Amino acid sequence: MNLTLKVWRQNGPQDKGRMVTYRVEDVSPDMSFLEMLDVLNERLILEGDDPIAFDHDCREGICGMCGMVINGVAHGEQVATTTCQLHMRHFEDNAVITIEPWRAAPFPVVKDLVVDRSAFDRIIQAGGFISVPAGSAPDAHSVPVKKVDADAAFDAATCIGCGACVAACPNGSASLFTAAKITHLSLLPQGQPERDSRAKAMVEQMDAEGFGGCTNTGECTAVCPKGIPLDTIAQMNRDYLRSSK
Amino acid sequence: MIERGTSTAPVDPPAGTPAKPVTTGTTRRKSVGFLGSSNGRKAVMAVTGAVLVLFLVGHMTGNLKAFFGAASFNEYANFLRTMGEPLLPYRVALTLVEVVLGACIVLHMWSAVSLARRAGKARPVKYAAKRKSQAGGYAVHTMRYGGVVILLFVIYHLLDLTFGTVNPAGWDGTPYERLVAGFAPERWWVTLFYAVAVVMVGLHLRHGLWSAFQTLGLASGRSYRPLKGAAAAISAVLVLGFLVVPVAVMSGVIK
Repeated sequence: MNLTLKVWRQNGPQDKGRMVTYRVEDVSPDMSFLEMLDVLNERLILEGDDPIAFDHDCREGICGMCGMVINGVAHGEQVATTTCQLHMRHFEDNAVITIEPWRAAPFPVVKDLVVDRSAFDRIIQAGGFISVPAGSAPDAHSVPVKKVDADAAFDAATCIGCGACVAACPNGSASLFTAAKITHLSLLPQGQPERDSRAKAMVEQMDAEGFGGCTNTGECTAVCPKGIPLDTIAQMNRDYLRSSK
Repeated sequence: MIERGTSTAPVDPPAGTPAKPVTTGTTRRKSVGFLGSSNGRKAVMAVTGAVLVLFLVGHMTGNLKAFFGAASFNEYANFLRTMGEPLLPYRVALTLVEVVLGACIVLHMWSAVSLARRAGKARPVKYAAKRKSQAGGYAVHTMRYGGVVILLFVIYHLLDLTFGTVNPAGWDGTPYERLVAGFAPERWWVTLFYAVAVVMVGLHLRHGLWSAFQTLGLASGRSYRPLKGAAAAISAVLVLGFLVVPVAVMSGVIK
């Protein structure tokens, strides 16, 4: 396959940045999207150019490091797939592919396609924890959890914090991420003591970071590589209103 | 600071990025309060929107009186002013309703404008590629400009049928006379404007109705289908119910 890439290049946080066009030839359809970029980067290095910086780690779709907006869609158009698990067979030969970083004020570009997502860490720090006595692990069945609650909590807990929800949201809202973390804990007995303070603190931190508000467009769920459902946001809203009584 | 491996130089956070306060369970950042938070403002939008929807249902039902003749329509218009009598003096109940509706409109717009500004600030650099909607749904993308169209419409509508300023029958006409004169066949463009605006209201509610339940935390995974179905049905009924009267006047069914 031969491809034309339009890639966002930005030398550093202060640089204005620009789209740069690259031609990539002899791409195997079996390559992942990141492997295709690796091939381009090897060539750029050999030519003495600066390789394109992008975040990646496990390349198995479970770590949440990778992520770029491909042709205007976070992680590309393949549903429930991280960028590293997106394969070139989903693109046509001679396709023109636009690659951009997540765009959001709370996610400043560090370099090229790498953005600083520590705003997410601060949202977690604001309330994404539970208080448990340290010591040996408790018996597995000492605290009963209903199956439906366990399943729903687990669904929410599969959030890998990649930031695609923010990138896709027309409002630049981090509601799906924050809601996944809140839902994951508030459905379980261990999360009850801090349930009210958690929702309040995490929502306020989300606002303080400069994320937009939710308008229930559903764009976040549609691009989420883990398919975090929209009803987590209803759960967050419920918990937040409860805490404001 | 972003911690990197030793092979990569450490990266400083962009200059001008204020150090963000990190809160923990024990030292909480000063709360911005319910109305300062995006969630609180969304709740205001949902509740005020719900009040306005209830008004629309009543308004639409009342409009249909036009099909029962001038006497029935004018009697209904008079009833609105004498509501609550003799307990309340003339027009007091109606004025109270108007004050509540006016407050709802102002609060609804305040939350919408402030949240839209916040959303604008959250994405200072736009995407170069045209973003494709992955979620589907047309109505959701009409909410902001549709809201502006609805506001302009409400202003015209009040000048037309309430105050009679832009109505041929004027202030002195009976409500029925204003209705018939306002949507007269030669003023087809008025009916067209009403149709566009009412369809906008329908789209607004198509998204707004279920969205309000979501915002107030009353939706869940299983309730999305019935909620969205109900939103579509109620929106359709309101659009048809509101449009049938002006169209009937314009086509001469109501004279």
